[in-house]
Amino acid sequence: MRVMAQMAMVMNLDKCIGCHTCSVTCKQAWTNRAGTEYVWFNNVETRPGQGYPRRYEDQDHWKGGWTLNKRGKLELRTGSRARRLLGIFASPVQPELADYYEPWTYDYRTLTEAPLGDDFPVARPKSLITGEDTKVTWSANWDDNLGGTSELGHLDPIVEKVRRESEEKIRFEFERTFMFYLPRICEHCLNPSCMASCPSGAIYKRSEDGIVLVDQDRCRGWRQCVTGCPYKKIYFNHRSGKAEKCTFCYPRVEVGLPTVCSETCVGRLRYLGLFLYDADAVTAAASTPDPQDLYEAQLGLMLDPSDPAVVAAARAGGIPDDWIDAARRSPVYALAKTYRVALPLHPEYRTMPMVWYVPPLSPVVDLLSSQGHDAEDRATLFGAIDALRIPVEYLAELFTAGRTATVTAVLRKLAAMRAYMRDVTLGRDPDPSIPASVGMTEESLYAMYRLMAIAKYDERYVIPTAHAEQAHDLEELGCSLDVEDGPGMYESGPFGEASGRPVPVAVETFQALKQRQTTDTPPGDLSGRVNLLNWDGNGRPEGLFPPRKDGAS
Amino acid sequence: MNAVLWGVLPYVMVVVLVAGSIWRYRYDKFGWTTRSSQLYESRLLRIGSPLFHFGILVVIVGHVGGLVIPESWTEAAGVSEGIYHVNALVFGGIAGACTLAGIAILIYRRRRTGPVFMATTANDKAMYVVLVAAIALGLWTTLVSVGAGSEAHDYRESVSPWFRSLFVLQPDVDSMAAAPVEFHVHTLVGMLLFAIWPFTRLVHAFTAPVHYLFRPYIVYRSRDAVPPAPGWTRSRR
Repeated sequence: MRVMAQMAMVMNLDKCIGCHTCSVTCKQAWTNRAGTEYVWFNNVETRPGQGYPRRYEDQDHWKGGWTLNKRGKLELRTGSRARRLLGIFASPVQPELADYYEPWTYDYRTLTEAPLGDDFPVARPKSLITGEDTKVTWSANWDDNLGGTSELGHLDPIVEKVRRESEEKIRFEFERTFMFYLPRICEHCLNPSCMASCPSGAIYKRSEDGIVLVDQDRCRGWRQCVTGCPYKKIYFNHRSGKAEKCTFCYPRVEVGLPTVCSETCVGRLRYLGLFLYDADAVTAAASTPDPQDLYEAQLGLMLDPSDPAVVAAARAGGIPDDWIDAARRSPVYALAKTYRVALPLHPEYRTMPMVWYVPPLSPVVDLLSSQGHDAEDRATLFGAIDALRIPVEYLAELFTAGRTATVTAVLRKLAAMRAYMRDVTLGRDPDPSIPASVGMTEESLYAMYRLMAIAKYDERYVIPTAHAEQAHDLEELGCSLDVEDGPGMYESGPFGEASGRPVPVAVETFQALKQRQTTDTPPGDLSGRVNLLNWDGNGRPEGLFPPRKDGAS
Repeated sequence: MNAVLWGVLPYVMVVVLVAGSIWRYRYDKFGWTTRSSQLYESRLLRIGSPLFHFGILVVIVGHVGGLVIPESWTEAAGVSEGIYHVNALVFGGIAGACTLAGIAILIYRRRRTGPVFMATTANDKAMYVVLVAAIALGLWTTLVSVGAGSEAHDYRESVSPWFRSLFVLQPDVDSMAAAPVEFHVHTLVGMLLFAIWPFTRLVHAFTAPVHYLFRPYIVYRSRDAVPPAPGWTRSRR
């Protein structure tokens, strides 16, 4: 047993209101740059819907993830390594920009500069790719809130599958459609197929916290990872020619802060915490023959951090005690393993994804209340869960490779929690038969309610900080300043301004602050570089203002 | 003149190529990429790019065979000069034609697809001129040889000895000078191509991911992958 720690996330889909705040703040933090206009490390999809990029879940077409070959061995869906190398000159199945969308801006200038006339000036959409006038025909969330579903709903690969399997019995009637939101980030998988596809070996999993990152200095733009990732969460920066992906906000997580998407989530539906898992057993678990057993196999990898044997193995594997303690308090472990209400997204891709979802009960509740039923009565809810086959089958295709029993069990727990807590809230005698009907005790059901409904910030985000003794190279792995001949703090490289490797942002800020605080003279000179974050209004950094008329700088 | 062209220039080229590559690798790892434009357009790319790349790989193998392996070795192996020459012309000609066709498709695509053209730098354009010239001139030597029939110049008695002599630092300038002009021009343009190589997008060829075949699928890396400098190194500040 080789115990490793994994930072993971759980999202409670019942709480997602589809406001896209996570997407926007993530974009502002990470992909607000040229070359990444179409890149959404975090996106929120309305389901049923095609997702982003369109129909990414159709692996018969996109060839993402792993599959079992004829001998039952785990193999990338794109075939052998040699086959991938032979296809390197033109990726056989890589989404084009049209499968995402053509990013655009508006020609706002005409609004203020158009000459006076009878007609209102119009800001035309301009393509950010060609710079020409463009017609906006698709976007990252074009089918938001089921927009256009009556026309395009059948294009959702899951809808296609559920329909096929129920032999057209299920009509996709618009008025009876259920809906929920699915926020997606990189899954930071235990068995990542992007990493396995990368010819350069530039994608790596951090051994401390399991965050999957792309080494930008080693990526050569072979773009096999884009095909390899079944979630299509690796994006190709078309300016730099490098792959980019969700970083799990590692600079924040290292100092104990939640990711930007979690921090800014309006519904507070995200939970962050640690898993301890057995790294030696991952491949065997991912090779489970029946895809419907993959969820249990994945759950089996997650080790109990209270088990003395696990703790001993974790210590032997170099996991610090405060991390083991954090794993014990992990809300992610509680939701996934203790209460078993969080499920992995598409376990059938065999990547062992580490972003888990509590499936939404709301389609059931909404339908019941809209029909005038008591949507908090256990019997009514249980009956509806069993009767409403479409939502359950749909959710099962997303989270359990089609095994509806697992989804039903989770939904029943959520329903039991609703029913049980109503009695508590109304001051009636709680009914102990309700937790018992889903195999829980009153205490555990109440604890689950606390965690899901009223957990505070530090209960939702249990993030152990990276270790102080490693602080010298906390940031920007591979760019530590401590190396001999590393980039100087302020000197430019020998080949002029901006040559050499870039100074990590945090270090630059730190050094500039320190310099300003410890010198006697006001900081007039920021070494030719103006970083507005460092400029506190004192002094006149060169290049920030035009030269004075009297000749003083 | 000959001494400069065939005795000095090759070494200048090697110095620029090696030093330039080391410099580029140390100072521009981030820029070391294929700069793929497949995201913009993939229909033409999927024809042109494999045609060009596989073509050029065969051409490289042919060049190595023709330049490195002495004529006496192949004859000892029972391959007569005539058979070797016909083979070289046929396979070299096909591979060269594929390469040229491939790059023609790629350049057409680059010019006619708006986003791809937008992403084309001046550096790329200059590189394309040299690259196409080298390929076209190489095909020209082949065509001249085909036209001359059995009287064709045997470059394995002129160019190849010179090429090998370069490595023992005693350039055989005279035998290269005796080669026909088409070989001279092709060699010069080829040297120019290698000299600009480190400064263009062609560097991606130097990091061809052959090691992919041998590495484990899952890569773990520690945050401390970069070892801290020892405490006794001189402070920079």
